[in-house]
Amino acid sequence: MQRTGGNAIPVLIVLAVLLIVWYGAATLMNAPWQSILYERAGTTDVPLLQYLADVWSQAKPILPAPHQVVQEVWTNSVLQEVTSKRSFVYHASITLSATVAGFILGTVLGLGLAVLILHNEAMNRSLMPWIIASQTIPILAIAPMLVVGLNAVGVTGLFPKALISTYLSFFPVVVGMVKGLRSPDQMQLDLMHTYNASRFEVFTKLRWPAAMPFLFASMKVGIAIALIGALVAELTNTAAGGLGVRLLTGSYNGQTITIWGVLFVAATLAAVLVIAVGLAEKLVMRKMGQAPA
Amino acid sequence: MATDGGKTNNVVEAKGLGLTFKTNDGDVVALSDVNLDIGKGEFVSFIGPSGCGKTTFLRVMADLEQPTSGSISINGMTPEEARKSRAYGYVFQAPALFPWRTIERNVALPLEIMGYSEAEKKERIARTMELVNLAGFERKFPWQLSGGMQQRASIARALAFDADLLLMDEPFGALDEIVRDHLNSELLKLFARTKKTIAFVTHSIPEAVYLSTKIVVMSPRPGRVTDIIESTLPPGERPLDIRETPEFLEIAHRVRDGLRAGHSYEEHV
Repeated sequence: MQRTGGNAIPVLIVLAVLLIVWYGAATLMNAPWQSILYERAGTTDVPLLQYLADVWSQAKPILPAPHQVVQEVWTNSVLQEVTSKRSFVYHASITLSATVAGFILGTVLGLGLAVLILHNEAMNRSLMPWIIASQTIPILAIAPMLVVGLNAVGVTGLFPKALISTYLSFFPVVVGMVKGLRSPDQMQLDLMHTYNASRFEVFTKLRWPAAMPFLFASMKVGIAIALIGALVAELTNTAAGGLGVRLLTGSYNGQTITIWGVLFVAATLAAVLVIAVGLAEKLVMRKMGQAPA
Repeated sequence: MATDGGKTNNVVEAKGLGLTFKTNDGDVVALSDVNLDIGKGEFVSFIGPSGCGKTTFLRVMADLEQPTSGSISINGMTPEEARKSRAYGYVFQAPALFPWRTIERNVALPLEIMGYSEAEKKERIARTMELVNLAGFERKFPWQLSGGMQQRASIARALAFDADLLLMDEPFGALDEIVRDHLNSELLKLFARTKKTIAFVTHSIPEAVYLSTKIVVMSPRPGRVTDIIESTLPPGERPLDIRETPEFLEIAHRVRDGLRAGHSYEEHV
């Protein structure tokens, strides 16, 4: 545990620098509005401490101070009923379910495509350009068409949103797994050939286990962008709720503190998801005899 | 040693064997007109500078490369038939163990693919691990073993399914001399105990002379056989200090002459 102790100081220093920069930026960016407020109230000669307190506690600042964001998250999660429409937890759970559903679909789709591409040169040539093209289209353009289109044929709820997550998250899995399934070296492939192993055996006994590190790396990227997909999809259907909806209503009403609060909740959610994939990776890799780092 | 057609005691028979690789820079002749027989129970070393086709010849035997001319048979079959009937075990330059499998599961790999029963797998793993002196390391992962032990595990894997022919492609090339000496004498013991036929590629003269009952000297561009030397050393187990005897040195000298002849050819080109 010595390593944790050794890392703590640099981590704290970076955090402190970030906070100082943030407070400084908040002071500068909110200053013009603060001057207007003082002018309206006819206040002059504000002491420095009072000025800072005012600049860091505006109701709708350009850039909220860190403690305002923390307070916003606190009041909307811990102090709020989970079932309440104001609760970040409520909205986060909606986003989470779409993210996870989309991620699972995306991973399965990505694996399927990777296997097709691996075993069929024609597939490699015909599929890969489309797969790459799919990722060059802005998700903001695709999402509303898909959600509205599916809505028109009666498909509503979780599925259309999950589909946007799928659309984004299958890509790193395809790319990573094609590389991973091709990662065994010629010697290992020759070895299987001398045993007269079938294609299926080469896949299950060699290619698949060899691709595991690639799979987990891809899934870490995949689950993070699956969350982005879910957030964007939520923007198209404000009635259904979700962190994306909170983001949108916050921006309509100029509630910058709410926007920042939601951003932090979303970022935390992404971090938790990536860590969860990382833990699964550790478990699997330990079973596969990986040398402890 | 040339025995023509019909029933012979030869495990490998190559006649006029040639292999030309087509590359972007033109054709590369890897093997040209190789005639060679390997009798049952022989330990045949292939020695020569890199590019002489010794590994290619081994790979042709293993059906990993296809000859472009001539013919070759393994136990009277084509290399492909021989591979499909699991006639040989192949040991590569590197151990090529699967890092996610324990040593015993690495040894079990060919047995799994060949469909052996659980009981038989267990028995064979125990037997071959014993044979290569790795008993007690069954549950270790490859990274927990030294390079020499890893290569022994890969030999165990090649022995596990009882192929009569063992093809070894510079198996000890990456190991230091002390480990190499040790593994050489172990290999001879194993050869004496199991009565297998072994084809062994090396670029070390002492290794070739120490191990072999027959030494095939090859030269590059194009890969061909320049000399075939029948060893006069006693077959089977040999003490390591046999390498200081006049007999040994004489054979080594002949191998060196053969290699030099191949090289002077190269210089004239």
